Amino acid sequence: MNFLVALMLMVGCELAQAEVTIPPEPTNKKWKEECASCHMAFPPKFMSAKAWQRLMLGLEHHFGTNAALDPDDNKEILDFLQSNATEGTEFFALNHRISGTRYFKNNHSKVPNEAWTIELVKSRANCTACHIAAEKGNWKPVLDDSFFTGHLKY
Amino acid sequence: MSAKKLCCALLLLAGMNQVFAGDTPDSLVAGYVAEASATTPGFTVSGQRGKSFFLKEWGVSDKMPTCNACHGKNLKIEGKHVVTDKIIKPMDPSVNPERFSSSTKVEKWFKRNCKEVAGRECTPAEKADFIQFITHGG
Repeated sequence: MNFLVALMLMVGCELAQAEVTIPPEPTNKKWKEECASCHMAFPPKFMSAKAWQRLMLGLEHHFGTNAALDPDDNKEILDFLQSNATEGTEFFALNHRISGTRYFKNNHSKVPNEAWTIELVKSRANCTACHIAAEKGNWKPVLDDSFFTGHLKY
Repeated sequence: MSAKKLCCALLLLAGMNQVFAGDTPDSLVAGYVAEASATTPGFTVSGQRGKSFFLKEWGVSDKMPTCNACHGKNLKIEGKHVVTDKIIKPMDPSVNPERFSSSTKVEKWFKRNCKEVAGRECTPAEKADFIQFITHGG
């Protein structure tokens, strides 16, 4: 009997594990190399094709820095971003930022405003401050609302 | 050497070529000197000019008035980008061998940073002087 229970638990665990298996994210060598030389290479799925196009057109003035690429590299990266983008107005932002999209805002509505500027986080572009395994495609946040509330008391 | 071994050796060499782009600070300086000489006959490289260039206040960008605004004045230690806080690896190739090892990368960053700090692209002469200063002092 005990053996059966153990077996069922094991099978259960296997199934549970199978459920959280993260499918591999699309990747591209140039995208990783160029984008991640300054910040996390943000996944294409967080903006629409149109939004990526606008962003990649303005790399000479990229949020306060010049991130210009040569035309071939720009095209290759834009192609990769667009073919893996998510369509829909909630994945578009006039300010060119992922954090400006409705998708981002809806998913971060419980994060207190002050949380974005604490030393550990610094900015909305610093995904891995909370989503520590984001670069492996796992976006589950390790820092939840209670963490921020506790942290901000100091 | 068998044909198979030769193939392996060639593949290995081709692979290494990808890792090390094959450029050195001195070969890059030589390339820029040759380019500069084409327009300025008798051009000779100067680390001293490179130093003045590195420290020059260009008056173009408020946040990045000079090269050293982000790269710091001690070339053997890391710098920090004044806008993004990104840690910038040391400029001196003696502590950061990756520096000035790929002409493509060097050109990419000259293009970005010159426009941002100097408000225009840098000349081959300026690039030669710059790398000369970073690697051999000025």
